[in-house]
Amino acid sequence: MTLLAVEDLVIEVPGGRAVDGASFTIEPGEVLGVIGESGAGKSLTGAAVIGLLPAGARMSAGRILLDGERIDDLHEEDWEDLRGKRISAMFQDPATALDPLRCIGAQLNETLNAHHPMIEKVRRERVGDWLDAVGLPRERMRAYPHELSGGMRQRLALALALCPAPELLVADEPTTALDAPLRVQVAALMRRLAGRQRTAVLLISHDLHTVAAAADRVAVMYAGRIVESGPAEAVLRAPAHPYTAALLAGLPGVGPRRARLPAIPGAMPLPGTRPDGCAFHPRCARVAPRCRREAPTLAPGTAACFYPLTAQAAHG
Amino acid sequence: MTIARLVLWRLLQAVPVLLLVAALAFALEMVAGDPVTASLGPDATAAQRAAAVAQLGLDDPLPLRYLRFVGAALRGDLGVSTRLARPVGGLIAERLPATVELAGVAFVLSLAIGIGGGAYAAVRRRARSTRLLLLASLFGVSLPTFLTGTLLILIFAATLRVLPSFGRGEVVALGGWTTGLLTGSGWAALVLPALTLAAFQSALLLRLVRDGMIVALDSEFVRFARARGLSHGVVLRHALANALTPVVAAAAVQLGTLVAFSVVTETVFQWPGLGQLLVESVATADEPVIAAYLMLVALLFVAINLAADLLCLAIDPRLRVAPAGGA
Ligand SMILES: Nc1ncnc2c1ncn2[C@@H]1O[C@H](COP(=O)(O)OP(=O)(O)OP(=O)(O)O)[C@@H](O)[C@H]1O
Ligand SMILES: [Mg+2]
Repeated sequence: MTLLAVEDLVIEVPGGRAVDGASFTIEPGEVLGVIGESGAGKSLTGAAVIGLLPAGARMSAGRILLDGERIDDLHEEDWEDLRGKRISAMFQDPATALDPLRCIGAQLNETLNAHHPMIEKVRRERVGDWLDAVGLPRERMRAYPHELSGGMRQRLALALALCPAPELLVADEPTTALDAPLRVQVAALMRRLAGRQRTAVLLISHDLHTVAAAADRVAVMYAGRIVESGPAEAVLRAPAHPYTAALLAGLPGVGPRRARLPAIPGAMPLPGTRPDGCAFHPRCARVAPRCRREAPTLAPGTAACFYPLTAQAAHG
Repeated sequence: MTIARLVLWRLLQAVPVLLLVAALAFALEMVAGDPVTASLGPDATAAQRAAAVAQLGLDDPLPLRYLRFVGAALRGDLGVSTRLARPVGGLIAERLPATVELAGVAFVLSLAIGIGGGAYAAVRRRARSTRLLLLASLFGVSLPTFLTGTLLILIFAATLRVLPSFGRGEVVALGGWTTGLLTGSGWAALVLPALTLAAFQSALLLRLVRDGMIVALDSEFVRFARARGLSHGVVLRHALANALTPVVAAAAVQLGTLVAFSVVTETVFQWPGLGQLLVESVATADEPVIAAYLMLVALLFVAINLAADLLCLAIDPRLRVAPAGGA
């Protein structure tokens, strides 16, 4: 049964709709990579799934279902029961994600205890196990966050987010703040640890290497909508949507060496300025008259495009 | 040990400061004071005066006299009050308990109000009660102390007649210390002056804590803590700890000012403490007392700042790196 279903999600910010009818699903244990340029609405989507939309953003339509039950209309107290245990999250900046005043062992200990009360001795053992799992020596249990490198901190954050054994982890740009060589390593670690306990992951990233290293499936987001989705390997190798293709054109080995998403001529529309027809048409090399009039829709396993690059059935 | 080194370093740093204050106090006594007249009275003969000058060492070179002054102060000999003809040390010891108890109670009160109110105002950012609280704190920081005190006297002492408006009430002697904290009338007498002192301090703290707490609550680590399901109470506690680190230094300065400059409050409430002693001494140009007061206040600030530094170290591990590390 589908673990997470996001249906026609609309999130409004003061300028207008930042997420404008996004739909996607995640199966138990699956890693879904969400890619797209800055401002596409990826973070807001992730925040809505964990119930932590920032002040100024409001979910105004759509549904979010976990195991078939709506979670988008929960009260904060109910969210408290859900978070950690069933849905957990980690974010971009390892420098600020940890409590600077407490040692890392205490933070792990506290998180474990919040969800799975156990006797002190067992818990201490588990704290050590988690440190081992993310490649931090057990002896560093008493280290403080400022004594760790950025990579170590982000691996610790991964342990903190995963240790309650949630069904779903929302990871918003977990590798973006790291140096390029570390990104794939942390992404692979995330995939391994999540897979070990069958935690599904909503992996949001700018970085195509990260997504390639960790995702089973990929969804491409543009101007608040999913414009293409399918198996990671197929989408990354043979994109159907011209936007996806343009994103991938910058991957090393194919185009110029850049780890981040390449610049595509023009800019993504800001919330509230979505053009008529296909939102990508002003920047699209394959634009045709129909694209200016009519908005294409996304059928499962395809691209929201009238003139896809590969056959519609390619991603099956 | 870095902590021991820090304490040592701070104490070493304090030495020149204290010596400088002692020099000021010494200069004050030298310029303004007239120990000969003070000890012999105004109608002594010239011969008597000359003998006294020689006996007191007043014709010695200045540096020598300064060293003698510092040496005496270190031994606790702070001279003799010209007004009361009693040793200054004894006078201060007599007045100290009243001031310390008043400042202590006011400090605890302002911590409770400042931290509790500040945290509340940050958590309930948009509540009506918060706006009321902030308005009240605005009054607290802007009303001058003597006005707050007078208003309180007017309401609770003059009109409602529920609390005394002057004095310490009944005090109990404990060794060399007198305390009003063991009697009902002592506590009753404490209420109004402590509230007056705390009004300004707590309002200031409240605003500091609120600002810090808002930053902490909006920070990434709080978001991450919530995202992994830590309970509201736990998250608030950690946020508060982070919000308080920068408040410690401010609170320390406040404690210092509470003790040192309770002059106004003590005058308004006729509180028999150091502030009142200072006012009386200034009015009668009692230089030895003023000089001793100066040095005592300097010592107090040094001690409080050291305590604040140690507290910050205990709270924030980031400060525990060796100073030379530059981290
Ligand atoms: N709290 C907010 N208040 C107002 N506007 C917001 C807020 N958060 C996001 N937005 C706007 O919503 C749009 C989508 O933001 P979002 O953070 O979801 O993008 P993103 O895809 O995660 O981008 P990035 O890759 O840069 O992180 C942007 O135009 C952004 O300016
Ligand atoms: Mg983002």
